[in-house]
Order: sequence, then C-alpha cells, then structure tokens
Amino acid sequence: MATTLFDKLWHEHEVTALSERESLLYIDRIFLHERTGSVALNSLLENNRAVRRRQHAFCTMDHIVDTLPGRSDDTLMPSGREFIVATRSAAHETGIQLFDIADKDQGIVHVISPELGIALPGLSLICPDSHTCTLGGLGALAWGVGSTEAEHALATSTLRVIKPRNMRVNFNGALGSGVTAKDLILFTIRSLSAAGGAGYAIEFAGSAIDALSVESRLTLCNMATELSAFTGLIAPDQKVVEFCQGRRFAPEGSVWNQAVAHWRALKSDEDAPFDDVRQIDIGSLRPQLSWGTSPQHCIDWDDRVPEVNEAPDEKAAVAWQRAQDYMGLTGGSHLSDYPVDAAFIGSCTNSRLSDLQLAASYLLRTGHRVAKGVKALCVPGSGQVKRAAEAEGLDEIFRSAGFEWREPGCSMCFFAGGESFGQGVRVASTTNRNFEGRQGLGVRTHIASPLTVVASACAGHLVADTSA
Amino acid sequence: MTPFTQHTGVAMPLRRSNIDTDAIIPSREMRTVSRTGLAAGLFAPWRYSDPDARTENANFVFNQSAYRGASILLTGENFGCGSSREHAVWALQESGFRAIVAPSFATIFRNNAQRNGLLTVELADSEIEALTQWVSVDPLHNAVRIDLDACTIGHDPHQPVMPFLIDQTTRHMLLNGLDEIGLTEQSLDHIAAFEAGDRSIRPWVYLEES
Repeated sequence: MATTLFDKLWHEHEVTALSERESLLYIDRIFLHERTGSVALNSLLENNRAVRRRQHAFCTMDHIVDTLPGRSDDTLMPSGREFIVATRSAAHETGIQLFDIADKDQGIVHVISPELGIALPGLSLICPDSHTCTLGGLGALAWGVGSTEAEHALATSTLRVIKPRNMRVNFNGALGSGVTAKDLILFTIRSLSAAGGAGYAIEFAGSAIDALSVESRLTLCNMATELSAFTGLIAPDQKVVEFCQGRRFAPEGSVWNQAVAHWRALKSDEDAPFDDVRQIDIGSLRPQLSWGTSPQHCIDWDDRVPEVNEAPDEKAAVAWQRAQDYMGLTGGSHLSDYPVDAAFIGSCTNSRLSDLQLAASYLLRTGHRVAKGVKALCVPGSGQVKRAAEAEGLDEIFRSAGFEWREPGCSMCFFAGGESFGQGVRVASTTNRNFEGRQGLGVRTHIASPLTVVASACAGHLVADTSA
Repeated sequence: MTPFTQHTGVAMPLRRSNIDTDAIIPSREMRTVSRTGLAAGLFAPWRYSDPDARTENANFVFNQSAYRGASILLTGENFGCGSSREHAVWALQESGFRAIVAPSFATIFRNNAQRNGLLTVELADSEIEALTQWVSVDPLHNAVRIDLDACTIGHDPHQPVMPFLIDQTTRHMLLNGLDEIGLTEQSLDHIAAFEAGDRSIRPWVYLEES
C-alpha cells in the first residue's frame, strides 16, 4: 500500500497501538534545555525515576544563559542562575550528556542537534520546546512536547501519541534571488493561517524544496509550529546524507552504510494518500515582513499594511485593530515608513552559518553600516557556528558594520526577565514569533529573513534588500 | 492527577483567536524551576497595566469581580499556540480553571492540559457564542455545567445540552485521573521487545553507554 513519509516513520516507531488513534511510539532521542528540561528532570528525580536510556538523552544551556561575552552562571534574568544550576545538577545526577555553558559544542538545541548528528533522518526526537519540528528538515520525526511528556519519554523511552493526519504542501517554482526559506515559510503561514496546520503532520515537497540547502530546510521546518502543525518534515535526500556524514554522534563504517540505505526509502510513495494537499506557487515570491502580532500577519515587504475594514470577518477585524494598536502602525501605510530601533540576527530559525554568511555578504557587497541609533545584534546559534564564522572573518564584518557579536544562545528571541529591547522599540528580527511582549514588554517585533533584517538595520527603517 | 468527571462553575469569556502561551504566561513570569507559583503571572500582559507593580487593568475580564472565581474559560480558535511551556496549563490550574472551551486548540497545549487533568473541550464557534451570551447576563448565577461522563455542556436549563467529542483514551485518562507514566511502565516488556527487534533493523539508533 502506498504510504506517506510520515506514516512510514510512525509505523517504524510504533511499539504498540493503544487505541484506534493513539499509539505508544518509541523515542530515539530526547533533548532538553535549562528552561523546561530542568522541570522535567527535577520531576523525574522527585518521583524516584531514572532516565531509561541515558545515552539517548542530551541537554544544553541556551534559553536563559546570557549571550554577552564573559558570561557565567549569573544571568541578567534575576533567577536565571537557579535554572542553570538546577539543570546542571540534575543532568549530572541522571547521567545524561550536558553541553554546558563553556562546552565547545554548546548552543541552541535545534542548531546543535543536527550539527552533532544527534538528530538524523528517520530518528524520532522530542524536546520540551515547540520548535523541535526544525529537525523535520533532516527527515526526522521530531516534535515539541511539554515537560510532563519529556519526563514520560525519559522514564520509558516512549510517548503516547494521537496520530495526526497527513498534509502535503507542494511548492511550485523556484525562489528568486534574495528570497529565502524564511520568506517561503512566512508566506506559507500567511497563506494557510496560524491554525492552518492544526492536527496535521505536514510534508513540504516540490522542486523548490529539493533545491534548498539542508540549513534552509531546517529554517523552513522550524516554523511548522507557527502553523500549529504537529510537525513539518522533508524527505531526506543526498544533500542530507552528506550533511550528516562524519557528525559526532552519526554512525560510521558499515553501520553508516546500512543507515544510508535505510534513509533512501524514507520518502512518500508515488500515490501515497494525503488527507490534504496544498499547492503554493512561489515563482513570484517576494521578501516577507510581518506587520502584526501573529506570524500569519505577513505581507510582501513593500505592500500596504492591511486596513481593518479589509478584514475577512469581524473577529479578524478586532484582531487586526489590536495588532495595529500594539505595533503602532496605521492600516494602509507602508512598513518602509517606520524606522527601526533595533535588529536581531539569531534564534533557532536563522542563526546557522549560511544565515550569517547571507547577512555578512550584504554588508560586504553594499559597504553599508548599521544606521545611527540602531542597536544591532548577531548571535550565532552554536559554538561551532561561531568558530566557523570567525574563521571566515564574519565576526569582523559584523563588528565593523556596527553589530554586536555575541556568544551562542537563544538570546533576545524572547524575554525571560533579563535583557530586553524596551517598551515601544521596533525590532527587525530573524526570529519566529512576533507575539505581543515576546521580545519584552511593548516590544514591536517584525519577523523577516536575515537579508531583510540586515538591510533594515542599515537603512534605519524596514526594507528588503534591493541592492542585488 | 485529579480526576475530572463533572464540573459546574463560572465561565469567563475571553473570545480572542490565537491566544499564545506567551500571553497566557510570559517567560518572565516563570521565575523558578517549579510547576507552582505561577497564578499571579496568568495573562499578565493583559491583566496588569503595569506587570512589575501588579497594577490591575480594570478593563480586563479577569479583573471583574464576577469572574474572579471563574473555573471555565470560553475562548477562541487555536488556543495555546506558540511555546510548548507547560507553565501555561499550570498557571491556569493554579488560578482555579478546570476546563477550557474553544473551537480548536494547539496540539502541544492540548496534550499538556490532558496530562495535568485540565479538560479541553472543542465546540463550534456558534455554541461558544451561545454560552458567552448566557454567561454574560449574570456570570455568577448563570453557571456552565460540564459532564465528561456524558460528554455534554449545559447552560440555560431551557436549552438543550451541547454534546462534545473527545478522544476516548483521553476521556478515560481524565475520568480516572490516571498517571500516564505509571500506565506506560506497565508496558516496559513491550518496549524491550520492540528494542530487541528494532536494533537489528536500525542499529545506529542504539548508542553505547559512555
């Protein structure tokens, strides 16, 4: 019977069916971080349970740890130290591998798990973090859970999961120059809505996906959760195989060959039945910018901000009005009318080497510098990314253009009580969420690609790269 | 986990779509490595005009005296989207909520809710609107009744009850207040047998102990 990629992965991990819709699934890898993993580990220990397979569980410090040079266990977040110390202690007590603050491989969980070969095609991987779907970009069965489910997986190597339905999104056409995977996923969310993927595992496919680099696929799948999807995934191909080879926790020798042979079958069969199929034409896709407080509030960067009276229904009109009031925007205006106060390059969406190279290439090509008065940050996603960027001299390019060059971590993607941009500050950001208050009380976040963010930082107002 | 069978209580309408977990409880309100101490952070961005000083915003529904003891939330589509933080569920429960009624929920939030005994009920928008109308007339008097055994929601005694659908496994877990980890631990033999078979097919999955 013709089967989807997702269904193949589901069946491969099914320990037993619990009911018609729910199965006990085997969890190959568990990744934790100090924000929510600490709660799961503490709860496990309080309940006198052990990690069933400690060599399959990993932990990093990314969410709360500062990204300023010279950082330590003390954080700008008032009680951050408690999270860091508790996580370290619980990781040691349970015997799981921790990528601690000073570890050369420390970084954002969804950046380091592919980098280290902890996430691989076909593996099931969970993390108490909604952006775990990022790893679907490798063809992994990866999804975000809460702390209680993480504890369940730690204790039993399994999870009880209700099977989502299958959706495929086909992208037809090729991305134009200066248009990135970030623009692709923002346009997809705008097209399907923030609830458009609810109840589905979404396979992204089409010639545009085949053409994407592995890092771009990670960016794309990262925001499947912004569609409220169970996860997003892409069939692994030769690019993914080459990406994984030689990674620290990837198999070697004959087992590697066996794995690769297995991964070659991880794709949807020709006539596989999907519950829903969407076609998205991207030949004329333009750089996207969010104007509101949901990732679905996106427009082509030089389109007008929609007017409230253009909303499809009364509820949307109320939501748009709230969003425009919060964002300090007027319907009918252009985003380029609005000066930016800050620019942020980083996060599990856009902090990989290719993201940094893209932004740095703009600075080199144009010779532009960050506009006066704009606070600009570049936060590499991991120690590996940071070292690779520095080896290419990217840090110098960013610094001399006026960017701060930070230590790896989630940084100002969200506000945990430490560093923030400040009330009313308008930020061009490569992050994934523009929710009210996400980056701090009253902060106005416009999400976009690294290219749009660097161009906005230099122009001093919201703008896409028009220099190429 | 506290079982959920029947519950009657004050229902608070907060009819917005896409209420994300950053709005339910912002990251800055998650101050300790704990599942408790979160109630004061619930809806902090909307509930307080100055969250640091805890100055209440009188216009926010939760601050209106009739709704202070609310235990049922009537809300909008895609409730609980965004971050996977289970603190959103814990903050709602610590504030007295037993059930959330929405046209749809974000998956991770719904799973987190069920793992903690917080009932999520999906109803059509028009049904939630009818509940909202009923409640708004006199919130304290016009209570809402949820019966998980019968899978119905009742409001105005002159109106028929509203049936709702829920996954049968989830219903069973909630009705009996079962601990999922304990339940799965009864399947450890199954899990070991799965691993024994899987190891020959996918040997690269099984890392050596360091």
